[in-house]
Amino acid sequence: MMMSLGVVDREFHVFRGLPDADGEHIGEVKSFTVPVQPGWVVLDALLYLQAHNAPDLAIRWNCKAAKCGSCAAEINGLPSLMCKTRLDHMPLDKPVLVRPMRTFPLIKDLVTDVSWNYEINKRITPFTPYNDDQSTWRYFQEDADRVQEFRKCIECFLCQNSCHVIRHHRKFNHFAGPRFLVRLASLEMHPLDVADRIPFIKEEAGIGLCNITKCCTERCPEDIRITDNAIIPLKERVVDRYYDPITMLLHKIGIK
Amino acid sequence: MMSVHYETKTYDVLVIGAGGAGLRAAIEASAQGVSVALVTKSLLGKAHTVMAEGGMAAALSYVDADDCWQAHYKDTIRGGKYLSNYRMAELHAKEAPERVKELEKWGAVFDRTPDGRILQRPFGGHTYRRLAHVGDRTGLELIRTLQDKGIHCGIDVHMECTMTHLLKDGDQVAGAFGYWRESGRFILINAKAVILCTGGIGKAYKVTSNSWEYTADGQAMAMKIGAELIDMEFLQFHPTGMVCPPSVKGILVTEAVRGEGGKLTNALGERFMKNYDPERMELSTRDIVSKAIYTEVKEGRGSPNGGVFLDISHRGADYIKRKLPSMYHQFLELGDVDITKGPMEVGPTMHYTMGGVRVHPETQEVLNVTGLYAAGEVSGGLHGGNRLGGNSLSDLIVFGQRAGKHAAEFAKQQTVLPKINDEEVKGYAEELVAPFERDSKAETPYQIQADLQDLMANKVGIVREEQGLKEAIEELQVMKARAKVARVDGSRAYNPGWHLSHDIHNMILVGEVVAQAALQRTESRGGHTRLDHLEPDNEQWRFVNSTIRLNESDELEVSTYEKPQMDAALRDLFDKSDELAITQSKQKI
Ligand SMILES: Cc1cc2nc3c(=O)[nH]c(=O)nc-3n(C[C@H](O)[C@H](O)[C@H](O)COP(=O)(O)OP(=O)(O)OC[C@H]3O[C@@H](n4cnc5c(N)ncnc54)[C@H](O)[C@@H]3O)c2cc1C
Ligand code: SF4
Ligand code: SF4
Ligand code: FES
Repeated sequence: MMMSLGVVDREFHVFRGLPDADGEHIGEVKSFTVPVQPGWVVLDALLYLQAHNAPDLAIRWNCKAAKCGSCAAEINGLPSLMCKTRLDHMPLDKPVLVRPMRTFPLIKDLVTDVSWNYEINKRITPFTPYNDDQSTWRYFQEDADRVQEFRKCIECFLCQNSCHVIRHHRKFNHFAGPRFLVRLASLEMHPLDVADRIPFIKEEAGIGLCNITKCCTERCPEDIRITDNAIIPLKERVVDRYYDPITMLLHKIGIK
Repeated sequence: MMSVHYETKTYDVLVIGAGGAGLRAAIEASAQGVSVALVTKSLLGKAHTVMAEGGMAAALSYVDADDCWQAHYKDTIRGGKYLSNYRMAELHAKEAPERVKELEKWGAVFDRTPDGRILQRPFGGHTYRRLAHVGDRTGLELIRTLQDKGIHCGIDVHMECTMTHLLKDGDQVAGAFGYWRESGRFILINAKAVILCTGGIGKAYKVTSNSWEYTADGQAMAMKIGAELIDMEFLQFHPTGMVCPPSVKGILVTEAVRGEGGKLTNALGERFMKNYDPERMELSTRDIVSKAIYTEVKEGRGSPNGGVFLDISHRGADYIKRKLPSMYHQFLELGDVDITKGPMEVGPTMHYTMGGVRVHPETQEVLNVTGLYAAGEVSGGLHGGNRLGGNSLSDLIVFGQRAGKHAAEFAKQQTVLPKINDEEVKGYAEELVAPFERDSKAETPYQIQADLQDLMANKVGIVREEQGLKEAIEELQVMKARAKVARVDGSRAYNPGWHLSHDIHNMILVGEVVAQAALQRTESRGGHTRLDHLEPDNEQWRFVNSTIRLNESDELEVSTYEKPQMDAALRDLFDKSDELAITQSKQKI
C-alpha cells in the first residue's frame, strides 16, 4: 500500500472511563480530530492527543515497535497492537474507534488490569532440564525452531482477550488461555525438559475448554500458530495420556 | 490540599527497575536468603531490555575457538576509547560466559551451532564471532527467561510503581518513595539496601530508540542523595535507526543487519565506510559509523529522507526471514519496504547512555552512599567512551548478579532497618501533588519535553561545540523554571501527564549534566564529538574520566578524576605498538 502524502485531519473515537467496583468498563467514547501524518500508527495519534488535547489520557505503551506487547487495545472492534496498526491502511471516511481490551477489568481509559495473566504464569512448573551437567547439553536448530516459535510471544494478551472461553464465558478460574498454552507448549517441547505438565494442562489449564476456533491465532501479532502448533499437539498429548489404553497402562507401571 | 498519606512496606533489599539488570539482581539477592522487592514503572517483562535485538557478548568460544576473555577485554577497552574502568571490563569479560550459560540453564533457547551449542554472531568492534543471540529478538529471550525464573524465587514484584525519591538515614540509604501509577497513591519502601537498575536517559532526545521510561530517574535520584555521575558526555548515537516515515524515525535497525553482511551505501552508490574505516568497514565501532553517516548526509551524499542506504537483500529472502525476522516485519509493516528485495534508509538515533552513576567496580556500591548499588545502563564505568554492541546485555547479567549479591550481603549485616523521616517524606508527597493546584492555563509538561528534545538534539546532540553547549545550559535553566509551574489535568489515577510533570525535572537536570560534561571535555572521543576540537587530545583527556555531582546549594559541580593504573598482567595483553593502551598515565607520555 502506498503511503498517503501530507497531513490529513482524521476523526478518532476514543473510550474514556473508569471502572466500577467490579472492574466493569464505565465511561463513554469521546471524539477528537487529529492531524494525521503519513505513516502514522494509531499509537501516534493517541500520543498526539495526550500532548495536545487530553494530557491525562491513560495508555500503556513502551517500545512503539511491536516488541514489548504493552499497547493492546481494540481498534475498530479488532483486538490489535496500537503501535502496529497503520492509519493509512484504514478507511479514510470512517472515524477510528479505539477501546480497551474488553475481557479484562478496566483501570482507566485504554488501560486494563491484566494481572490475572501474571498469576497464571506463576502456577506453571518452570523449565526442568534432564541433568545439571550443562557441558553435555546439545540440541540442534531444528529442535530449537519449534520452541522458538512459542518463545516469540510478547505477552500482549491479545489472544487471551480474543478467546471466547475467557471473553464470553469468563472461565478465568478454569482455563489458562492461549498465551499460557503456548508457554506450556514451549516447555513441553523443549528438547532438554523432563517435567511432566500433562496433568496440569488437562486439569488446571483446562485445555479441554478450547474448541479450536482459532480466534487467538488470528489476532497474534507475532504470527504464532497458537492453535495448530501449540494447542492441538498438547491436546494430543493429553489424549494419549488419559484416553489411550496402552499409554495409560505404561504410565501406571511407571514409564512416561 | 490533596492527600499526602502513604503506605509503608519493608524489605531487606529493594531493587528499582525490572529490566535485565534489575531482574538478575533480584534473583541473586533472593538466592542469598533476604527479602526482596522489585519495582517497575511498566508491567513485568516490558522494560527496555525486551527490545534488544542483536545479541549478548560473551567469549564462549563455541564458534571461534580462539576467542577468550582476554580478547573480549581488549576489544572492550579499545572500543571504549581507553576510558573504561579496567576492573569492570576485566570482570565483565571473565564472567559473561558463565552468566550466559546460566540463562540456558534457566530455559533460554538460543540459536544453535551445527554441533548443537549456543550460536554466536559477529558484531562491530568484536574481534571474534561472540554474540549469543536468538534471531533479532535476544532481549525478549533474556527478559522472559529472567522473568520466568524470578517469579519462582519469592520476590515481591510491584508493577506500575514509580519511585521518585531515594531516602537516606545519615550516610546510608533507607529506601525509596513513590506512587502506584494505577491509583496515584503514595508508597514508601523502607529497605536496608537499594539497587538502582533504572536504565538510561534517551527520552531527553526526540530521535531515539528508547521508550518513554528513559527519563533519567535513577541518575537524578542518585545525584540528589550525593552520588556522582561519570562519563555523561558519552552518548551512543546508534548509526542505524529508521528515518522514514517520520513517525518511525529513530526506531532501531539492529546492528545484526550489518553483522549478517548488510552493506552501507550513499546516494552515489559508494560503500562509503571505506573512507572511514577500510579494515572493518560496516563492522567498525558505532561512534565511527554514526559519524560517517552524519558526514555523508551533511556533505550532500545522503538518501532522499536524510539518511543512507543499508542493504541486506543479497543474503536472500529465506535467510533474512530466519535471522532477522523482526527487521523484516518492522520495515514491511511500518515503513512499506521489503528488505529482502531492496535497501532500507537509515540514520543515527540516540540509543545508549555510556556514562552513569559512579560505582565500585566489584560490588557496584555507589560511591558516597552506603547501601545503595547500581547496575545496568544507569551505572557508568564499563563502557567508557563508547559501548560495543552486545556488551550491554552481558553487562546487565554480570553486574546485576554482582549488585544483588553484595546488596544482600550488606543487608544481612544490618540489624535494624534504617530510619525514615516522616516530615521529609510528606514534603516529597506535597511536591508531587503541587502541579494539580496550579494555574489551569499554564502549559503542560508535554510542551516542555518537546522543547527539551529539540534543544538536546540541536545543541547537545551527535556533534557539539562550545557556543551551543553554553546556550543549551542557559536555556535549560529557563526550562527548569517552566517545569516548576507546569500544570496537570485530571486526577491522580493513571495520569501520564502527572507522571511526566515529575519526570521532566529529571530529564532537565541530567540534560544539563550531559551538556556540562560535554563542555568540559575539549576533545573528540567515542560518543562525544566537538566540532571545535575535532581530534582526540590524549595528552589532556586520555587518562581522566569526568564526574559531576550536586553540591549543597543544588548546583552542578563538574570535574575529573584520574584513572587508576591498569594491572601489569592486563597491560601485557596488549601489543607493544598499542601505545594508548599500555601507557598508563600522563607522566609516562
Ligand atoms: C532497540 C534496542 C535494541 C538494543 N539491542 C541491544 C543488543 O542487541 N545488545 C545489547 O547488548 N544491548 C542492546 N541494547 C541496549 C540494552 O537493551 C539496554 O541497554 C539494556 O536493556 C538496559 O537494561 P537495564 O536493565 O539497565 O534497564 P531496562 O531494561 O531499561 O529497565 C529499566 C527498568 O527500570 C524501571 N524504572 C525506571 N525508572 C524507574 C522509576 N523511577 N521507578 C521504578 N522503576 C523505574 C523501568 O520500568 C524498567 O523496569 C538495545 C537497546 C534498544 C533500545
Ligand atoms: S482456538 Fe482455543 S484458545 Fe484459541 S481462541 Fe479458540 S477456543 Fe480460545
Ligand atoms: S501468543 Fe501472540 S497474541 Fe498471545 S500473548 Fe503471545 S504474542 Fe500476544
Ligand atoms: S508499544 Fe510495544 S508492542 Fe506496542
